[in-house]
Amino acid sequence: MTADASTVLIEATGLTKVYGTPGGRAGFTAVDGIDLEIHRGEAFGVLGANGAGKSSTMRMIACVSPVTAGSLRILGHDSATDGAKIRARLGVVPQDDTIDSELTVRENLLIYGRYFGLPWKVLRERSTRLLEFTRLSEKADDEVATLSGGMRRRLTIARALINEPEIVLLDEPTTGLDPQARHLLWERLFQLKQDGVTLLLTTHYMDEAEQLCDRLVVMDAGKIVAAGTPAELISRYTSREVVELRFAPGERQIMADKCRGIVERVEELPHRLMLYTDSGEETLAAVNARGVRPLTALIRRSSLEDVFLTLTGRSLVD
Amino acid sequence: MLTLARARSAPAFRELGYWLFRYRRTWRGSIVISVANPLLFLTALGLGLGKLINRNGSESLHGHPYVRFILPGMLIAAVMQTAFLEAAGPVMQAALPRGNYRAAASTPLAPADILYGHLMYWTLRAAQNAILFTGVSVLFGAVSVYRAPLLVPIALLVAVAFATPAAAWGVTVTRPSHLNAMFRFVILPLYMFSGTFFPIEQLPAWLRPVAWATPLWHGVDLCRTVALGTVTLPGALIHTGYLSAMAVIGLFVARRNYRRKLYV
Repeated sequence: MTADASTVLIEATGLTKVYGTPGGRAGFTAVDGIDLEIHRGEAFGVLGANGAGKSSTMRMIACVSPVTAGSLRILGHDSATDGAKIRARLGVVPQDDTIDSELTVRENLLIYGRYFGLPWKVLRERSTRLLEFTRLSEKADDEVATLSGGMRRRLTIARALINEPEIVLLDEPTTGLDPQARHLLWERLFQLKQDGVTLLLTTHYMDEAEQLCDRLVVMDAGKIVAAGTPAELISRYTSREVVELRFAPGERQIMADKCRGIVERVEELPHRLMLYTDSGEETLAAVNARGVRPLTALIRRSSLEDVFLTLTGRSLVD
Repeated sequence: MLTLARARSAPAFRELGYWLFRYRRTWRGSIVISVANPLLFLTALGLGLGKLINRNGSESLHGHPYVRFILPGMLIAAVMQTAFLEAAGPVMQAALPRGNYRAAASTPLAPADILYGHLMYWTLRAAQNAILFTGVSVLFGAVSVYRAPLLVPIALLVAVAFATPAAAWGVTVTRPSHLNAMFRFVILPLYMFSGTFFPIEQLPAWLRPVAWATPLWHGVDLCRTVALGTVTLPGALIHTGYLSAMAVIGLFVARRNYRRKLYV
Protein backbone atom coordinates (compact mmCIF):
# COMPACT_ATOMS: atom_id res chain seq x y z
CA MET A 1 0.00 0.00 0.00
CA THR A 2 2.74 2.45 0.95
CA ALA A 3 4.77 1.33 -2.03
CA ASP A 4 1.72 1.88 -4.23
CA ALA A 5 1.06 5.30 -2.80
CA SER A 6 4.51 6.47 -3.79
CA THR A 7 4.18 5.30 -7.41
CA VAL A 8 4.17 8.27 -9.74
CA LEU A 9 1.55 7.74 -12.46
CA ILE A 10 1.78 11.09 -14.20
CA GLU A 11 4.98 13.05 -14.37
CA ALA A 12 5.19 16.27 -16.32
CA THR A 13 8.32 18.42 -16.53
CA GLY A 14 8.30 21.80 -18.20
CA LEU A 15 5.06 20.82 -19.94
CA THR A 16 4.22 23.42 -22.57
CA LYS A 17 1.45 23.82 -25.11
CA VAL A 18 1.60 26.42 -27.85
CA TYR A 19 -1.20 26.54 -30.40
CA GLY A 20 -0.03 27.60 -33.83
CA THR A 21 -1.69 30.41 -35.71
CA PRO A 22 -2.81 29.80 -39.29
CA GLY A 23 -0.11 32.16 -40.55
CA GLY A 24 2.51 29.97 -38.92
CA ARG A 25 3.82 32.77 -36.74
CA ALA A 26 4.35 32.49 -33.01
CA GLY A 27 1.17 31.06 -31.55
CA PHE A 28 -0.76 31.26 -28.34
CA THR A 29 0.85 29.72 -25.24
CA ALA A 30 -1.89 27.92 -23.33
CA VAL A 31 0.35 25.97 -20.96
CA ASP A 32 3.66 27.53 -20.01
CA GLY A 33 6.18 25.06 -18.63
CA ILE A 34 4.37 23.37 -15.74
CA ASP A 35 5.62 20.51 -13.54
CA LEU A 36 3.23 17.90 -12.16
CA GLU A 37 3.65 14.70 -10.22
CA ILE A 38 0.55 12.64 -9.55
CA HIS A 39 0.70 9.51 -7.42
CA ARG A 40 -1.30 6.33 -7.52
CA GLY A 41 -4.57 6.51 -5.64
CA GLU A 42 -4.71 10.23 -5.08
CA ALA A 43 -7.31 12.71 -6.23
CA PHE A 44 -5.49 15.59 -7.83
CA GLY A 45 -7.12 18.86 -8.78
CA VAL A 46 -6.18 21.50 -11.31
CA LEU A 47 -7.84 24.74 -10.35
CA GLY A 48 -8.17 27.83 -12.42
CA ALA A 49 -10.44 30.31 -14.11
CA ASN A 50 -11.57 29.80 -17.70
CA GLY A 51 -8.63 30.09 -20.07
CA ALA A 52 -6.02 29.28 -17.41
CA GLY A 53 -4.77 26.28 -19.40
CA LYS A 54 -6.58 23.52 -17.51
CA SER A 55 -8.24 21.89 -20.51
CA SER A 56 -5.09 22.05 -22.63
CA THR A 57 -3.21 20.32 -19.83
CA MET A 58 -5.88 17.65 -19.60
CA ARG A 59 -5.88 17.06 -23.35
CA MET A 60 -2.13 16.53 -23.35
CA ILE A 61 -2.41 14.07 -20.47
CA ALA A 62 -5.26 12.31 -22.29
CA CYS A 63 -2.82 11.93 -25.23
CA VAL A 64 -5.13 13.62 -27.72
CA SER A 65 -2.94 16.71 -28.03
CA PRO A 66 0.79 16.72 -28.79
CA VAL A 67 3.16 18.25 -26.25
CA THR A 68 4.91 21.34 -27.64
CA ALA A 69 7.82 21.22 -25.22
CA GLY A 70 8.82 19.47 -22.02
CA SER A 71 8.30 15.85 -21.11
CA LEU A 72 5.19 13.96 -20.12
CA ARG A 73 5.30 10.40 -18.81
CA ILE A 74 2.09 8.59 -17.96
CA LEU A 75 1.90 5.10 -16.45
CA GLY A 76 5.56 4.63 -17.28
CA HIS A 77 5.18 5.52 -20.97
CA ASP A 78 6.18 8.56 -22.97
CA SER A 79 3.08 10.37 -24.18
CA ALA A 80 4.80 11.35 -27.44
CA THR A 81 5.44 7.79 -28.58
CA ASP A 82 3.03 5.54 -26.68
CA GLY A 83 -0.23 7.45 -26.87
CA ALA A 84 -2.34 4.42 -27.77
CA LYS A 85 -0.89 2.31 -24.93
CA ILE A 86 -1.56 5.10 -22.45
CA ARG A 87 -5.09 5.81 -23.71
CA ALA A 88 -5.92 2.12 -23.29
CA ARG A 89 -5.46 2.56 -19.53
CA LEU A 90 -7.13 5.95 -19.09
CA GLY A 91 -10.75 6.87 -18.51
CA VAL A 92 -11.73 10.22 -19.95
CA VAL A 93 -14.69 12.39 -18.96
CA PRO A 94 -14.46 15.34 -21.34
CA GLN A 95 -16.10 18.69 -20.81
CA ASP A 96 -18.13 18.26 -24.00
CA ASP A 97 -19.57 14.80 -23.54
CA THR A 98 -19.39 12.58 -26.60
CA ILE A 99 -22.35 10.36 -25.75
CA ASP A 100 -24.06 9.01 -28.87
CA SER A 101 -27.64 10.27 -28.88
CA GLU A 102 -28.75 7.70 -31.45
CA LEU A 103 -27.93 4.80 -29.15
CA THR A 104 -29.44 3.69 -25.85
CA VAL A 105 -27.68 4.17 -22.54
CA ARG A 106 -26.38 0.60 -22.44
CA GLU A 107 -25.41 0.59 -26.12
CA ASN A 108 -23.24 3.61 -25.46
CA LEU A 109 -21.25 1.62 -22.94
CA LEU A 110 -21.03 -1.45 -25.15
CA ILE A 111 -19.89 0.32 -28.28
CA TYR A 112 -17.36 2.45 -26.40
CA GLY A 113 -15.98 -0.66 -24.76
CA ARG A 114 -15.48 -2.19 -28.19
CA TYR A 115 -13.03 0.61 -28.95
CA PHE A 116 -10.79 -0.94 -26.30
CA GLY A 117 -11.05 -4.31 -28.01
CA LEU A 118 -12.98 -5.86 -25.13
CA PRO A 119 -15.15 -8.92 -25.86
CA TRP A 120 -18.94 -8.48 -25.85
CA LYS A 121 -19.34 -10.94 -22.99
CA VAL A 122 -17.07 -8.89 -20.73
CA LEU A 123 -18.80 -5.69 -21.84
CA ARG A 124 -22.29 -6.95 -21.07
CA GLU A 125 -21.25 -7.88 -17.56
CA ARG A 126 -19.35 -4.64 -16.98
CA SER A 127 -22.02 -2.38 -18.39
CA THR A 128 -24.61 -3.83 -16.00
CA ARG A 129 -22.25 -3.27 -13.08
CA LEU A 130 -21.31 0.26 -14.15
CA LEU A 131 -24.91 1.30 -14.72
CA GLU A 132 -25.61 0.14 -11.20
CA PHE A 133 -22.60 2.06 -9.89
CA THR A 134 -23.71 5.28 -11.58
CA ARG A 135 -27.38 4.69 -10.60
CA LEU A 136 -28.56 4.39 -14.19
CA SER A 137 -29.82 0.78 -14.18
CA GLU A 138 -33.42 1.84 -14.67
CA LYS A 139 -32.44 3.88 -17.70
CA ALA A 140 -30.34 1.13 -19.31
CA ASP A 141 -32.52 0.64 -22.37
CA ASP A 142 -33.74 4.21 -22.75
CA GLU A 143 -32.69 6.64 -25.42
CA VAL A 144 -29.94 8.98 -24.31
CA ALA A 145 -32.18 11.92 -25.23
CA THR A 146 -34.38 11.21 -22.18
CA LEU A 147 -31.52 11.70 -19.70
CA SER A 148 -31.12 14.76 -17.49
CA GLY A 149 -27.85 16.67 -17.41
CA GLY A 150 -26.67 14.88 -14.29
CA MET A 151 -27.57 11.46 -15.69
CA ARG A 152 -25.74 12.22 -18.91
CA ARG A 153 -22.64 13.13 -16.95
CA ARG A 154 -22.92 9.94 -14.91
CA LEU A 155 -23.23 7.97 -18.14
CA THR A 156 -20.04 9.63 -19.36
CA ILE A 157 -18.37 8.51 -16.14
CA ALA A 158 -19.71 4.97 -16.50
CA ARG A 159 -18.41 4.92 -20.04
CA ALA A 160 -15.00 6.18 -18.94
CA LEU A 161 -14.79 3.22 -16.52
CA ILE A 162 -15.59 0.52 -19.09
CA ASN A 163 -11.91 -0.33 -19.63
CA GLU A 164 -11.23 -0.40 -15.86
CA PRO A 165 -8.81 2.51 -16.13
CA GLU A 166 -6.04 3.21 -13.65
CA ILE A 167 -6.45 6.95 -14.03
CA VAL A 168 -9.69 8.83 -14.64
CA LEU A 169 -9.45 12.32 -16.11
CA LEU A 170 -12.41 14.59 -15.44
CA ASP A 171 -12.58 17.99 -17.12
CA GLU A 172 -14.96 20.17 -15.11
CA PRO A 173 -17.16 17.23 -14.14
CA THR A 174 -19.96 19.18 -12.47
CA THR A 175 -20.10 22.37 -14.53
CA GLY A 176 -23.72 23.12 -15.40
CA LEU A 177 -25.26 20.63 -12.95
CA ASP A 178 -27.76 21.47 -10.24
CA PRO A 179 -26.66 21.08 -6.57
CA GLN A 180 -28.36 17.73 -6.09
CA ALA A 181 -26.81 16.26 -9.21
CA ARG A 182 -23.42 17.62 -8.15
CA HIS A 183 -23.61 15.99 -4.75
CA LEU A 184 -24.53 12.63 -6.22
CA LEU A 185 -21.63 12.92 -8.64
CA TRP A 186 -19.18 13.86 -5.89
CA GLU A 187 -20.35 10.92 -3.85
CA ARG A 188 -19.74 8.55 -6.77
CA LEU A 189 -16.32 10.06 -7.47
CA PHE A 190 -15.43 9.73 -3.81
CA GLN A 191 -16.41 6.06 -4.01
CA LEU A 192 -14.13 5.62 -7.01
CA LYS A 193 -11.29 7.14 -5.06
CA GLN A 194 -11.99 4.74 -2.18
CA ASP A 195 -11.72 1.92 -4.72
CA GLY A 196 -8.17 3.04 -5.47
CA VAL A 197 -8.70 4.79 -8.80
CA THR A 198 -6.46 7.79 -9.37
CA LEU A 199 -8.49 10.89 -10.20
CA LEU A 200 -7.27 13.96 -12.01
CA LEU A 201 -9.86 16.68 -12.30
CA THR A 202 -10.07 20.27 -13.35
CA THR A 203 -12.58 22.59 -11.84
CA HIS A 204 -13.32 26.19 -11.21
CA TYR A 205 -15.45 25.32 -8.19
CA MET A 206 -13.58 25.71 -4.94
CA ASP A 207 -15.99 23.57 -2.96
CA GLU A 208 -15.50 20.76 -5.45
CA ALA A 209 -11.75 20.94 -5.01
CA GLU A 210 -12.07 20.97 -1.22
CA GLN A 211 -14.48 18.03 -1.27
CA LEU A 212 -12.57 15.77 -3.60
CA CYS A 213 -8.92 16.66 -3.90
CA ASP A 214 -6.03 15.42 -1.78
CA ARG A 215 -3.66 17.76 -3.53
CA LEU A 216 -4.10 20.46 -6.08
CA VAL A 217 -2.40 23.09 -8.16
CA VAL A 218 -3.74 26.52 -8.97
CA MET A 219 -3.19 27.58 -12.57
CA ASP A 220 -3.26 31.10 -13.91
CA ALA A 221 -2.31 32.18 -17.44
CA GLY A 222 -0.74 28.81 -18.25
CA LYS A 223 1.45 28.64 -15.15
CA ILE A 224 1.16 26.91 -11.78
CA VAL A 225 0.99 29.64 -9.16
CA ALA A 226 0.57 27.41 -6.09
CA ALA A 227 0.56 23.73 -5.15
CA GLY A 228 -0.31 21.74 -2.04
CA THR A 229 -3.16 20.20 -0.07
CA PRO A 230 -6.26 22.37 0.33
CA ALA A 231 -5.40 22.95 4.02
CA GLU A 232 -1.80 23.87 3.22
CA LEU A 233 -2.85 26.35 0.58
CA ILE A 234 -5.36 27.97 2.89
CA SER A 235 -2.87 28.35 5.74
CA ARG A 236 -0.10 29.53 3.42
CA TYR A 237 -1.99 32.08 1.36
CA THR A 238 -4.75 33.41 3.52
CA SER A 239 -5.75 34.13 7.11
CA ARG A 240 -7.85 31.85 9.25
CA GLU A 241 -11.10 33.76 8.89
CA VAL A 242 -12.70 36.25 6.57
CA VAL A 243 -15.18 39.01 7.29
CA GLU A 244 -17.28 39.68 4.22
CA LEU A 245 -19.10 43.01 4.15
CA ARG A 246 -21.69 43.85 1.51
CA PHE A 247 -22.58 47.45 0.71
CA ALA A 248 -25.08 49.30 -1.38
CA PRO A 249 -23.74 50.40 -4.76
CA GLY A 250 -21.74 53.62 -4.47
CA GLU A 251 -21.00 53.23 -0.77
CA ARG A 252 -18.27 50.69 -1.06
CA GLN A 253 -15.38 53.11 -1.67
CA ILE A 254 -16.24 55.33 1.30
CA MET A 255 -16.60 52.32 3.55
CA ALA A 256 -13.37 50.80 2.28
CA ASP A 257 -11.55 53.95 3.27
CA LYS A 258 -13.13 53.82 6.71
CA CYS A 259 -12.09 50.20 7.25
CA ARG A 260 -8.46 50.82 6.27
CA GLY A 261 -5.95 49.72 8.89
CA ILE A 262 -8.22 47.38 10.82
CA VAL A 263 -6.59 44.34 9.22
CA GLU A 264 -3.46 43.82 7.15
CA ARG A 265 -5.19 42.69 4.00
CA VAL A 266 -8.45 43.84 2.44
CA GLU A 267 -9.75 42.70 -0.93
CA GLU A 268 -12.16 45.00 -2.71
CA LEU A 269 -14.67 43.37 -5.02
CA PRO A 270 -17.65 45.10 -6.62
CA HIS A 271 -20.14 45.69 -3.75
CA ARG A 272 -18.06 43.57 -1.39
CA LEU A 273 -15.14 43.97 0.99
CA MET A 274 -13.20 40.98 2.29
CA LEU A 275 -11.24 41.51 5.46
CA TYR A 276 -8.67 38.80 6.19
CA THR A 277 -8.19 38.21 9.87
CA ASP A 278 -7.39 35.65 12.54
CA SER A 279 -10.47 36.55 14.54
CA GLY A 280 -13.62 37.46 12.69
CA GLU A 281 -15.48 38.53 15.81
CA GLU A 282 -12.85 41.08 16.84
CA THR A 283 -12.55 42.47 13.36
CA LEU A 284 -16.30 42.87 12.99
CA ALA A 285 -16.42 44.65 16.35
CA ALA A 286 -13.69 47.02 15.16
CA VAL A 287 -15.64 47.66 11.96
CA ASN A 288 -18.77 48.51 13.94
CA ALA A 289 -16.79 50.75 16.27
CA ARG A 290 -15.77 52.89 13.27
CA GLY A 291 -19.41 53.43 12.42
CA VAL A 292 -19.36 51.28 9.26
CA ARG A 293 -22.85 49.90 8.60
CA PRO A 294 -22.76 47.25 5.88
CA LEU A 295 -25.96 45.76 4.35
CA THR A 296 -24.79 42.33 5.44
CA ALA A 297 -21.82 41.08 7.40
CA LEU A 298 -20.60 37.50 7.32
CA ILE A 299 -17.82 35.80 9.23
CA ARG A 300 -16.55 32.60 7.66
CA ARG A 301 -13.53 30.35 7.53
CA SER A 302 -11.09 30.99 4.73
CA SER A 303 -11.56 28.78 1.67
CA LEU A 304 -9.73 28.02 -1.53
CA GLU A 305 -11.71 30.84 -3.10
CA ASP A 306 -9.70 33.22 -0.93
CA VAL A 307 -6.48 31.48 -1.90
CA PHE A 308 -7.35 32.03 -5.52
CA LEU A 309 -8.21 35.65 -4.90
CA THR A 310 -4.91 36.20 -3.11
CA LEU A 311 -2.90 34.53 -5.84
CA THR A 312 -4.51 36.05 -8.89
CA GLY A 313 -6.30 39.12 -7.61
CA ARG A 314 -9.42 37.82 -9.35
CA SER A 315 -12.50 35.98 -8.32
CA LEU A 316 -12.84 32.50 -9.86
CA VAL A 317 -16.41 32.59 -11.04
CA ASP A 318 -17.55 36.01 -12.19
CA MET B 1 -1.11 -9.84 -21.77
CA LEU B 2 -4.35 -8.08 -22.54
CA THR B 3 -2.47 -5.27 -24.29
CA LEU B 4 -1.04 -7.77 -26.76
CA ALA B 5 -4.46 -9.16 -27.55
CA ARG B 6 -5.64 -5.59 -28.11
CA ALA B 7 -2.80 -4.85 -30.48
CA ARG B 8 -3.71 -7.87 -32.58
CA SER B 9 -7.32 -6.85 -33.14
CA ALA B 10 -6.78 -4.03 -35.63
CA PRO B 11 -8.13 -0.76 -34.23
CA ALA B 12 -9.64 0.32 -37.57
CA PHE B 13 -12.11 -2.57 -37.36
CA ARG B 14 -13.44 -1.15 -34.11
CA GLU B 15 -14.42 2.05 -35.88
CA LEU B 16 -16.02 -0.03 -38.64
CA GLY B 17 -17.84 -1.88 -35.87
CA TYR B 18 -19.22 1.37 -34.53
CA TRP B 19 -20.71 2.42 -37.87
CA LEU B 20 -22.12 -1.04 -38.52
CA PHE B 21 -23.65 -1.01 -35.05
CA ARG B 22 -25.40 2.24 -35.86
CA TYR B 23 -26.38 0.93 -39.28
CA ARG B 24 -28.53 -1.73 -37.60
CA ARG B 25 -31.10 1.02 -37.12
CA THR B 26 -31.33 2.10 -40.72
CA TRP B 27 -30.42 -0.92 -42.83
CA ARG B 28 -33.97 -1.77 -43.88
CA GLY B 29 -34.63 1.70 -45.19
CA SER B 30 -31.31 1.83 -46.95
CA ILE B 31 -32.02 -1.43 -48.77
CA VAL B 32 -35.38 -0.14 -49.92
CA ILE B 33 -33.65 2.94 -51.29
CA SER B 34 -30.94 0.88 -52.98
CA VAL B 35 -33.60 -1.14 -54.80
CA ALA B 36 -36.14 1.61 -55.42
CA ASN B 37 -33.57 3.99 -56.87
CA PRO B 38 -32.65 1.85 -59.93
CA LEU B 39 -36.26 0.70 -60.30
CA LEU B 40 -37.55 4.25 -60.61
CA PHE B 41 -34.74 5.53 -62.80
CA LEU B 42 -34.69 2.58 -65.14
CA THR B 43 -38.45 2.67 -65.50
CA ALA B 44 -38.71 6.39 -66.10
CA LEU B 45 -35.58 7.06 -68.10
CA GLY B 46 -34.87 3.66 -69.56
CA LEU B 47 -38.34 2.62 -70.59
CA GLY B 48 -40.26 5.91 -70.75
CA LEU B 49 -37.71 8.35 -72.12
CA GLY B 50 -35.82 5.49 -73.76
CA LYS B 51 -38.70 4.63 -76.05
CA LEU B 52 -38.61 8.14 -77.43
CA ILE B 53 -34.84 8.21 -77.80
CA ASN B 54 -34.53 4.79 -79.38
CA ARG B 55 -36.72 5.94 -82.29
CA ASN B 56 -34.27 8.51 -83.58
CA GLY B 57 -31.22 8.71 -81.31
CA SER B 58 -29.82 5.25 -81.67
CA GLU B 59 -27.01 6.47 -83.92
CA SER B 60 -25.16 8.43 -81.26
CA LEU B 61 -25.73 5.54 -78.84
CA HIS B 62 -23.88 3.31 -81.31
CA GLY B 63 -26.94 1.17 -81.76
CA HIS B 64 -27.48 0.40 -78.08
CA PRO B 65 -30.94 0.74 -76.57
CA TYR B 66 -31.09 3.75 -74.25
CA VAL B 67 -31.70 1.66 -71.14
CA ARG B 68 -28.43 -0.19 -71.73
CA PHE B 69 -26.64 3.08 -72.34
CA ILE B 70 -27.97 4.83 -69.29
CA LEU B 71 -27.64 2.03 -66.70
CA PRO B 72 -23.85 2.37 -66.16
CA GLY B 73 -24.23 6.14 -65.91
CA MET B 74 -27.01 5.85 -63.34
CA LEU B 75 -25.10 3.26 -61.33
CA ILE B 76 -21.87 5.25 -61.15
CA ALA B 77 -23.64 8.55 -60.47
CA ALA B 78 -25.65 6.92 -57.67
CA VAL B 79 -22.49 5.44 -56.18
CA MET B 80 -20.79 8.84 -56.29
CA GLN B 81 -23.74 10.51 -54.66
CA THR B 82 -23.95 7.95 -51.86
CA ALA B 83 -20.21 8.09 -51.28
CA PHE B 84 -20.31 11.86 -50.97
CA LEU B 85 -23.39 11.93 -48.75
CA GLU B 86 -22.13 9.17 -46.44
CA ALA B 87 -18.63 10.56 -46.21
CA ALA B 88 -18.93 14.34 -46.03
CA GLY B 89 -21.94 14.82 -43.72
CA PRO B 90 -21.34 12.11 -41.13
CA VAL B 91 -17.63 12.97 -41.03
CA MET B 92 -18.41 16.58 -40.30
CA GLN B 93 -20.83 15.53 -37.54
CA ALA B 94 -18.40 13.04 -36.05
CA ALA B 95 -15.59 15.58 -35.93
CA LEU B 96 -17.65 18.14 -33.98
CA PRO B 97 -16.66 18.58 -30.31
CA ARG B 98 -19.41 16.14 -29.27
CA GLY B 99 -19.06 13.77 -32.19
CA ASN B 100 -18.11 10.11 -32.37
CA TYR B 101 -14.59 10.78 -33.65
CA ARG B 102 -13.84 12.64 -30.43
CA ALA B 103 -14.96 9.67 -28.38
CA ALA B 104 -12.94 7.26 -30.52
CA ALA B 105 -9.85 9.49 -30.33
CA SER B 106 -9.78 9.19 -26.55
CA THR B 107 -9.48 5.40 -26.84
CA PRO B 108 -6.44 3.56 -28.23
CA LEU B 109 -7.52 4.47 -31.79
CA ALA B 110 -5.32 6.88 -33.72
CA PRO B 111 -6.88 9.39 -36.16
CA ALA B 112 -5.76 7.22 -39.11
CA ASP B 113 -7.50 4.16 -37.57
CA ILE B 114 -10.69 6.17 -37.35
CA LEU B 115 -10.40 7.14 -41.01
CA TYR B 116 -9.65 3.60 -42.20
CA GLY B 117 -12.53 2.18 -40.19
CA HIS B 118 -14.98 4.68 -41.59
CA LEU B 119 -13.63 4.12 -45.10
CA MET B 120 -14.27 0.39 -44.76
CA TYR B 121 -17.84 1.20 -43.84
CA TRP B 122 -18.35 3.40 -46.94
CA THR B 123 -16.87 0.66 -49.09
CA LEU B 124 -19.23 -1.93 -47.63
CA ARG B 125 -22.19 0.38 -48.15
CA ALA B 126 -21.10 1.04 -51.74
CA ALA B 127 -20.77 -2.70 -52.34
CA GLN B 128 -24.27 -3.26 -51.03
CA ASN B 129 -25.60 -0.46 -53.23
CA ALA B 130 -23.77 -1.60 -56.34
CA ILE B 131 -24.83 -5.25 -55.96
CA LEU B 132 -28.50 -4.36 -55.50
CA PHE B 133 -28.39 -1.81 -58.31
CA THR B 134 -26.84 -4.17 -60.82
CA GLY B 135 -29.13 -6.96 -59.65
CA VAL B 136 -32.19 -4.89 -60.46
CA SER B 137 -30.61 -3.88 -63.76
CA VAL B 138 -30.10 -7.49 -64.77
CA LEU B 139 -33.80 -8.13 -64.17
CA PHE B 140 -34.57 -5.14 -66.37
CA GLY B 141 -32.35 -6.48 -69.11
CA ALA B 142 -30.32 -3.29 -68.81
CA VAL B 143 -27.06 -5.19 -68.58
CA SER B 144 -26.02 -8.68 -69.52
CA VAL B 145 -25.93 -11.13 -66.67
CA TYR B 146 -22.29 -12.00 -67.46
CA ARG B 147 -21.00 -8.46 -67.42
CA ALA B 148 -22.99 -7.27 -64.42
CA PRO B 149 -20.52 -8.67 -61.83
CA LEU B 150 -17.72 -6.65 -63.47
CA LEU B 151 -19.57 -3.42 -62.72
CA VAL B 152 -19.42 -3.92 -58.96
CA PRO B 153 -15.63 -3.48 -58.52
CA ILE B 154 -15.74 -0.45 -60.83
CA ALA B 155 -18.46 1.04 -58.66
CA LEU B 156 -16.34 0.39 -55.56
CA LEU B 157 -13.36 2.16 -57.11
CA VAL B 158 -15.55 5.18 -57.88
CA ALA B 159 -16.98 5.12 -54.35
CA VAL B 160 -13.53 5.17 -52.74
CA ALA B 161 -12.29 7.79 -55.21
CA PHE B 162 -15.09 10.10 -54.07
CA ALA B 163 -15.25 9.08 -50.42
CA THR B 164 -11.64 9.88 -49.49
CA PRO B 165 -11.62 13.47 -50.82
CA ALA B 166 -15.11 13.99 -49.36
CA ALA B 167 -13.86 12.83 -45.96
CA ALA B 168 -10.69 14.91 -46.25
CA TRP B 169 -12.85 17.94 -46.86
CA GLY B 170 -15.72 16.97 -44.53
CA VAL B 171 -13.47 16.72 -41.49
CA THR B 172 -12.52 20.39 -41.92
CA VAL B 173 -16.11 21.64 -42.38
CA THR B 174 -17.85 23.25 -39.43
CA ARG B 175 -21.04 24.55 -41.05
CA PRO B 176 -23.69 22.25 -42.51
CA SER B 177 -24.55 24.87 -45.12
CA HIS B 178 -21.18 24.20 -46.76
CA LEU B 179 -22.22 20.61 -47.35
CA ASN B 180 -25.34 21.72 -49.20
CA ALA B 181 -23.33 24.15 -51.29
CA MET B 182 -20.85 21.45 -52.25
CA PHE B 183 -23.67 19.12 -53.20
CA ARG B 184 -25.48 21.73 -55.24
CA PHE B 185 -22.52 23.29 -57.02
CA VAL B 186 -20.18 20.33 -57.45
CA ILE B 187 -21.96 17.00 -57.17
CA LEU B 188 -25.11 17.90 -59.12
CA PRO B 189 -23.28 19.53 -62.07
CA LEU B 190 -21.02 16.47 -62.23
CA TYR B 191 -24.17 14.39 -62.43
CA MET B 192 -25.41 16.41 -65.37
CA PHE B 193 -22.27 16.87 -67.46
CA SER B 194 -20.28 13.67 -67.09
CA GLY B 195 -22.04 11.57 -69.67
CA THR B 196 -24.48 10.14 -67.18
CA PHE B 197 -27.63 10.72 -69.28
CA PHE B 198 -26.22 11.34 -72.74
CA PRO B 199 -22.90 10.83 -74.58
CA ILE B 200 -20.58 13.77 -73.96
CA GLU B 201 -20.11 14.02 -77.72
CA GLN B 202 -23.49 15.75 -77.59
CA LEU B 203 -21.99 18.59 -75.57
CA PRO B 204 -20.69 21.74 -77.34
CA ALA B 205 -17.08 21.13 -78.41
CA TRP B 206 -15.65 23.58 -75.87
CA LEU B 207 -17.40 21.79 -72.97
CA ARG B 208 -16.14 18.33 -73.84
CA PRO B 209 -12.65 18.74 -72.36
CA VAL B 210 -14.33 19.76 -69.11
CA ALA B 211 -16.26 16.52 -69.10
CA TRP B 212 -13.09 14.53 -69.83
CA ALA B 213 -11.49 16.12 -66.81
CA THR B 214 -14.25 15.18 -64.41
CA PRO B 215 -13.74 12.09 -62.29
CA LEU B 216 -17.33 11.02 -62.75
CA TRP B 217 -16.91 10.80 -66.53
CA HIS B 218 -13.93 8.46 -66.08
CA GLY B 219 -16.02 6.27 -63.83
CA VAL B 220 -19.05 6.35 -66.12
CA ASP B 221 -17.05 5.71 -69.27
CA LEU B 222 -15.15 2.80 -67.70
CA CYS B 223 -18.36 1.27 -66.43
CA ARG B 224 -20.22 1.87 -69.68
CA THR B 225 -17.56 0.45 -71.98
CA VAL B 226 -17.34 -2.64 -69.79
CA ALA B 227 -21.11 -3.02 -69.67
CA LEU B 228 -21.49 -2.62 -73.45
CA GLY B 229 -18.41 -4.70 -74.26
CA THR B 230 -16.58 -1.89 -76.04
CA VAL B 231 -13.80 -1.43 -73.50
CA THR B 232 -10.22 -0.90 -74.72
CA LEU B 233 -7.10 -1.53 -72.66
CA PRO B 234 -5.67 2.02 -72.89
CA GLY B 235 -9.06 3.49 -72.03
CA ALA B 236 -9.49 1.20 -69.05
CA LEU B 237 -5.98 1.99 -67.80
CA ILE B 238 -6.47 5.74 -68.05
CA HIS B 239 -9.81 5.59 -66.22
CA THR B 240 -8.56 3.25 -63.52
CA GLY B 241 -5.38 5.29 -63.09
CA TYR B 242 -7.29 8.55 -62.76
CA LEU B 243 -9.72 7.16 -60.18
CA SER B 244 -7.00 5.35 -58.22
CA ALA B 245 -4.90 8.50 -58.06
CA MET B 246 -7.91 10.40 -56.79
CA ALA B 247 -8.56 7.77 -54.11
CA VAL B 248 -4.94 7.68 -52.97
CA ILE B 249 -4.44 11.45 -52.92
CA GLY B 250 -7.75 11.80 -51.09
CA LEU B 251 -6.60 9.25 -48.55
CA PHE B 252 -3.33 11.06 -47.86
CA VAL B 253 -4.99 14.43 -47.49
CA ALA B 254 -7.70 12.88 -45.31
CA ARG B 255 -5.09 11.28 -43.06
CA ARG B 256 -3.37 14.62 -42.61
CA ASN B 257 -6.64 16.47 -42.00
CA TYR B 258 -7.93 13.88 -39.54
CA ARG B 259 -4.72 14.17 -37.57
CA ARG B 260 -4.85 17.96 -37.58
CA LYS B 261 -8.43 17.95 -36.44
CA LEU B 262 -8.33 15.20 -33.82
CA TYR B 263 -4.80 15.56 -32.45
CA VAL B 264 -4.13 19.24 -31.77
